[in-house]
Amino acid sequence: MSLPSILDRKIPPPIKDAVDLRLELKPYTKYILDNGVEVYAIDAGAEEVLQLEMVFFAGDWYEGQNGIAAATNFLLKNGSSKRTAYEINEHFDYFGSYLNRNCYNETSNIILHCLTKHLHELLPVMRELITDATFPQHELDIYKQNMKQRLEVNLKKCEVVANRQIDEYLYGHDHPYGKYSTLETYDALDRDAIMSFYERYYGRGRCVIFVAGILPSDIHHQLNQHFGQLPLNKEALPEIQYPVIPSTQKKNRIINDPEGLQGAVRIARPFPNRHHPDYKQAMVLNTLLGGFFGSRLMDNIREDKGYTYGIYSYLQNHIGDSAWVISTEAGRDVCEDTIKEVYHEMKRLREEEIPEDEMMMVKNYLMGTILGDLDGPFQIIGRWKNIILNGLDEQYFYETLTTIRDISPEALNALAQKYLREEDFYELVVV
Amino acid sequence: MIKYERFTVSNGLKVLVHQDHSTPMAVVNVLYDVGARDEEPTHTGFAHLFEHLMFGGSVNIPVYDEPLQVAGGENNAYTTNDLTNYYCQLPAENLETAFWLESDRMLSLAFSEKSLDVQRKVVSEEFKEHYINKPYGDVWKILRELAYKQHPYRWMTIGRELRHIEKAELDDVKRFFFKHYTPSNAILVVAGNVYVDQVRMLAEKWFGGIAPGLRYERNLPGEPQQVEERRMEVKAKVPLDAFYKTWHMSARMDPRYYAADLITDMLGGGGSSRLYESLVKDKKIFSNIDCYHFGSHDTGLLTIEGKLVRGVDIRTAEAAVEDVLEKMRTDLVEEKELQKVKNKTESIMAFEDMSVMSRASSLAYYELLGDADLMNTELKKYQSVTAEEILKECRQIFRPENSNTLYYLSE
Repeated sequence: MSLPSILDRKIPPPIKDAVDLRLELKPYTKYILDNGVEVYAIDAGAEEVLQLEMVFFAGDWYEGQNGIAAATNFLLKNGSSKRTAYEINEHFDYFGSYLNRNCYNETSNIILHCLTKHLHELLPVMRELITDATFPQHELDIYKQNMKQRLEVNLKKCEVVANRQIDEYLYGHDHPYGKYSTLETYDALDRDAIMSFYERYYGRGRCVIFVAGILPSDIHHQLNQHFGQLPLNKEALPEIQYPVIPSTQKKNRIINDPEGLQGAVRIARPFPNRHHPDYKQAMVLNTLLGGFFGSRLMDNIREDKGYTYGIYSYLQNHIGDSAWVISTEAGRDVCEDTIKEVYHEMKRLREEEIPEDEMMMVKNYLMGTILGDLDGPFQIIGRWKNIILNGLDEQYFYETLTTIRDISPEALNALAQKYLREEDFYELVVV
Repeated sequence: MIKYERFTVSNGLKVLVHQDHSTPMAVVNVLYDVGARDEEPTHTGFAHLFEHLMFGGSVNIPVYDEPLQVAGGENNAYTTNDLTNYYCQLPAENLETAFWLESDRMLSLAFSEKSLDVQRKVVSEEFKEHYINKPYGDVWKILRELAYKQHPYRWMTIGRELRHIEKAELDDVKRFFFKHYTPSNAILVVAGNVYVDQVRMLAEKWFGGIAPGLRYERNLPGEPQQVEERRMEVKAKVPLDAFYKTWHMSARMDPRYYAADLITDMLGGGGSSRLYESLVKDKKIFSNIDCYHFGSHDTGLLTIEGKLVRGVDIRTAEAAVEDVLEKMRTDLVEEKELQKVKNKTESIMAFEDMSVMSRASSLAYYELLGDADLMNTELKKYQSVTAEEILKECRQIFRPENSNTLYYLSE
C-alpha cells in the first residue's frame, strides 16, 4: 500500500476537547458495621483482586512524644500474643498478599492487597494486629537501631534535608507538619508509650474502612464479623490544636555536602486547605506553573536551560494548613539562577496575559488526567478517600471539574497576584 | 487471560491490539528493540539520551508534549539495558492524535542542535542526581564492571561516564536514529477503548508510509563463563558499610530462569524471606538486606545487597550470608515455602494486569521476547518449578567462581 498522498503530517487530527468529556466519579456503596465503623466500597475491576484499607486517626497529630505514632504503626505486624513477627509475615506472604502500613500527619493506615479468594484467610490476622499486637521489646530494639541507621544514610541526601527544613520553616518545629525525627527521637522511644498509644488510638480508636476491587458478595458480613464488635469509634478524639509558628527568616542556605554536585532547592509559602474558595483555582494555576511536564517551570528551567532533570510545584496534601511548594534538584552552580527563573515565572503569571492555547492545553491536560486517574477501582476509592478524610463530599469533585472548565486567564492572573509574590515565599538551598 | 489481536502493517511494523471497553482511555505503546547493550563502548548512555531527544520535536511537529496535552493525554518513556519503551494514554476519542505524534517521530526527528544541547545538560543532571550526588550511587557502575568483562551489560543505562553524554554529537544522534528507530525494529501496541479495524486503519494511515528500515541484527559479545571468584573493596563517604554480591544467572528466555526468579523471592521477598528473617531479625547483622535480579534478556545477575549494623565486621556479615546460601545448596525447599513464592508470583501478575497501561507495555515486552502469548502462559512455567529444580539451580548459581563480591566501606 502506498502512502496516501493526502496525508499532511503538519495538520493535527481533529480532537474532542477533554473539557467536553463526561466525567463521573463512580459512587461508593456505604456500609455501617455494628460498632458504627463506616465502610466505603467500590466493587469494580477486571482482575480478581482487592485492596482493603483501614484508616485510623492515629497519626503524628495525636502523639505526645515525637516518633511514637510512626513506631506504633510500623510495629503493628511485629508480633501478637499468638504469632511472632515472622509468622505474621509468613501468613500474608503465603497467600501472595501485601500488608503495608503507613503513618501520616492525622491518620495512619493498614492496607492489604490480595487476591479476592484469599480475603477470608487474611481478615482474622488483620484483626489480630489491631487488637492483640504485643510490641515485643526485641522488635522495638531492632526498629530503633535500623531506623537510626536509615536516617543517617538519608541525611546525606540534600533533598531529604531540604524537605525537613522547609516544613520546619513553614509550620515550626513543634507542629506535626513541621517536626521531624532525629537520632534522639528513636533513642527515646519506649514500649510503654507505644502500648498506651496503641490501646487508645487503635484498640479504642476511630477507624474508617475503604475497600475496592472485585469484592466477595458477603463483604459487609465478613467485615462486620471481624471488626464490627471491636470497641472502635466509641470515644471522641481529643481536640488538639497546634499553633503554626513559622520561621522569621525567609531565605536560607545550608551546606550539607561540601563536594556535592547538586543542590536541593525548595521555595514555599503557606496556603490554605481544600475548604478555601481559592483552592480549586489554585490547583489550575499550580498546574500551569509547575504541575506537569508542559508547565512553565519545566519549559523554562529544564527544557530551555537544562538546569535540572525535573522541577515541580505542588500544593501539600494536608487536612489542616497547607503550603504551595516549588521543588527541584539543580546543578550546584545554577541553584541561584534557578531561583531567579522561578520568580521570573511567577512575575509573568502576575503580569502577562496567559495565552488562550496554553489555557486550553492545561485544562485539557487536567481533565484527561482526572479521567485517566479514575481508571480502575483502586484509583476511584483513592479519590473518595481523599474527599471523605478531608471532610468534603462529591460536590467538591464536580466543582473542581467546573472550575477547570470555566476558569479565565484573568482569574489566574488575579490569583497569581494574590499568592505568587516573591516576598511571601520561604527559600532554601541545600547543597 | 489477556486477549489481543496481532497484525502487520504493509511496511512490516508489528501491531498488537488489546480491547478493553470498560475504560474511557486508550493507550498507545511503542517499543523499540534497542537498549544500552546496543551502544558502542565509547558512546555509552546513548540509548537513554536518545529517549530524551524523542521529546525534542519531530520532523513535522515542533513539540511532542503540547499537542498530546491538548488532547488530554500524558506520556512517558523508559530505557533499560535491553529496550526502550514509549507510552501515552489519552481519552479514546483522541486516539488519532497519538498515532500522529508517534508516527511522526518514527518517520524522523527534527534533530535540532538546541534540543541536543539542552538534553545533554538535563541527562547530566539526571546522572548527578541519581548516580553521583547520592550515597552508594555508584555501586551499580562498579558491580557491572566487576561482573561483566565483555558483554555491554558492563555499563549502566545512564552511561559509563558523564563525558560520553557531554560529548554526544548530532551526527551520532542521526546514525543511531536511522539504525534503530524504524518500523522493522519496533512493536506497536494499542489498548483500551479501541477497535481492531479502527487501529488497523490508523496504523496503515500513519505508519504505513514510513520506510521499513533494516532489521537490526544484534550481535553482541557473549560474556565468557566466569571461572574465578572476583572481589573488590572500595571506601566512600557513606555512613554505613554495605555488602554486595552478584552471581551470573540465566537469560530471560532460558527455561532455568523461572527457578532463579523464585530463588530471589525465597531469599529476599519481604518479611518472611530467608535473608531478612535470619540476618536482620535473628542475628541482627544487617539493618536491611535484599535479593533481586533485573530480568535481563541476556545472561543476568542475581544480587544480594545489604547495609550492615554498625560495628559488625563485613567478613562476619559475608559468612552469615554464606550460611543462608549453604542451606539453599544443601536442603530441598519445603513444599509450603515453594508454594508461598509461587502464590506471590501469581498475585504480582494479577496486580500488574490491573491497568490498561501496564497490560499494553507487558504485551509489547512479551512480544519482544518472542511471543505476546507468554503473558498468559508464564504463570504455568512458574507453577511447574519443582523443589529439586530449585536445589539444582542454587547449586549452579551460588558457586564461588560464579560470584563477584563488593565491600563498600565507610571511610
